[in-house]
Amino acid sequence: MSRLGPPVAAALALTAPLWLANPYYVHILIMAGIFAILALSLNLLLGYTGQLSLGHAAFFGIGAYTSALLTLRLGWSFWLGLPAGVGLAAAAGWAIGRLALKLRGAYFVLVTISFAGVIALVAQNWMDLTNGPLGLPGVPAPELGPWSLRTKGAYYELVLAAAALAWLVCRRLVRSRIGRALVALRENEPLAESVGVDATHYLVLAAVVSAALAGLAGVLYAHYTRFVSPEVFLFTYTVTMVIMVVAGGKGTLAGPLVGALLFTALPEALRETVSWQWQMLAYGLILVLLVFFLPRGIVPTLAAWRHARRP
Amino acid sequence: MEALLQHLVNGLVLGGIYALLGIGLTLIFGLMNVVNFAHGEFYTLGAYATFAALALGGVPFLVALGAAIAGGVLAGALTERVLLRPLRGESIDTVMLVMIGLWIAMQNGELLAWGGVAKSIPHPFPTAPLVLGPLSVAPLRLFVLGAALALIAGAHLLIQRTRLGRAMRATFQDPDTAALMGVRIHHVRTATFALGSGLAAAAGALLGPIFLVYPSMGDLASLKAFSVVILGGLGNIWGATLGGVILGVAEELGAGYVSSGYRDAVGFVIIILVLLFRPSGLFARAERIG
Repeated sequence: MSRLGPPVAAALALTAPLWLANPYYVHILIMAGIFAILALSLNLLLGYTGQLSLGHAAFFGIGAYTSALLTLRLGWSFWLGLPAGVGLAAAAGWAIGRLALKLRGAYFVLVTISFAGVIALVAQNWMDLTNGPLGLPGVPAPELGPWSLRTKGAYYELVLAAAALAWLVCRRLVRSRIGRALVALRENEPLAESVGVDATHYLVLAAVVSAALAGLAGVLYAHYTRFVSPEVFLFTYTVTMVIMVVAGGKGTLAGPLVGALLFTALPEALRETVSWQWQMLAYGLILVLLVFFLPRGIVPTLAAWRHARRP
Repeated sequence: MEALLQHLVNGLVLGGIYALLGIGLTLIFGLMNVVNFAHGEFYTLGAYATFAALALGGVPFLVALGAAIAGGVLAGALTERVLLRPLRGESIDTVMLVMIGLWIAMQNGELLAWGGVAKSIPHPFPTAPLVLGPLSVAPLRLFVLGAALALIAGAHLLIQRTRLGRAMRATFQDPDTAALMGVRIHHVRTATFALGSGLAAAAGALLGPIFLVYPSMGDLASLKAFSVVILGGLGNIWGATLGGVILGVAEELGAGYVSSGYRDAVGFVIIILVLLFRPSGLFARAERIG
């Protein structure tokens, strides 16, 4: 079972558009994939460095706007807009990291919120560049050689590949020296520094990778919905990321994926019976309840439970 | 010149409200070590309570104001008792997550209760502005400024002159020693959170009639409150008072002379700049990392 599990899961994931008859389900999987990348991105900071960023919607938005503008205004191909969006988000992550990672805890949170607030105001007010609140319609769908990735099935494979890549990057990172340095800093910063771990260096590195991943999710989102507006900076996105990471299990590799699937599928499943406002109300309550009753998240709790049952 | 004076007066009115918000937040932050992201929601609560009392209950304006403050105090006490007391001793980040959850839950609760359409609070003041030389001020704004000043003075008196205030200051300086001296820490913490929330509700009740009331109004209020606290320094009540006035005036000047679209950017920029270059606030000395 444990040896067959990963290949079977991979095969199921790859062929999902074939056996999912309803395109609506493919849409949900695409959104889950985009949110999985966002959750992985936030988890890198919140889970491995212990610093909560409430400004992640800014990197998401920077990625989305950069690629949308380059493809719309300059006629660039998606395959150039993608690295540009990721790169600019990473650069913003570097700048914010350099500046804000002098601070910790609540102060870091406040700087990240403020940064996202400023970026959102720029997107709303810089009419010439961003078209303000009206947004940018008609973002082109990507093409791959002779094929257009316009269909949901094709776009799903693209998002799946990107999410897999993001996951591999995170895994490579946290299992390396860098990951150990990050965890050491999270657990005891003075001790880690005393054995030669350069706090700023490693935290900024984590911020850059995290911002790049959020930018990647933004690019994918822009070319999927084909429309970008200042709504990409909505705080709702950031809150959703936080819930996914905290519920799935922060500081684990599987947690963000579980959280992303759960909190994309659940609201969609309940959409018929529950309105959007109830959903957000429930998110708030769930966050409170998680801290009280499941502080470590689903994946670590399940792992501990399985471990305890093993003879 | 006249435009400048006009901006200063408007800035002062806003500044009084920001000071109320900031004092509440800085008390909670300083005394309880709680980063209260739900602070703006108590402000929203105050605004809606005023709207309900005036538009639906038809009571006099001052009574509505009192009801809003009482609502804020009660909701604050309840929050402290139910959510924060069980979490004493947990890390500040854990408590922060709970407050973020409360923020989202309260905001969307308001949205469900009142709908997303902005409401305007009917008030009894004449709409014709009072003209004082080159200045013209709406009577409502004058009342708001006066009420804000009275409330700020009241908060200062409460903290400096009463037994409860002394217990608060003692707890702020050293909770363990205060407890050993017989201060009932639990009660002080509940009272502090209730006081802070009551001040936030008062701010919402006062600013609500000037602007509009809508469910997400608390987001900006929280942000302004944080800017004020950061400007003034952690737990520094005088700093928060002064910081509020500075932010209010800076916003009015920014909106008047730079761009009104970026009015709310002033608060963000203040947070970023002060935290990066003078993290202990303009008027304090303590370090702020950790």
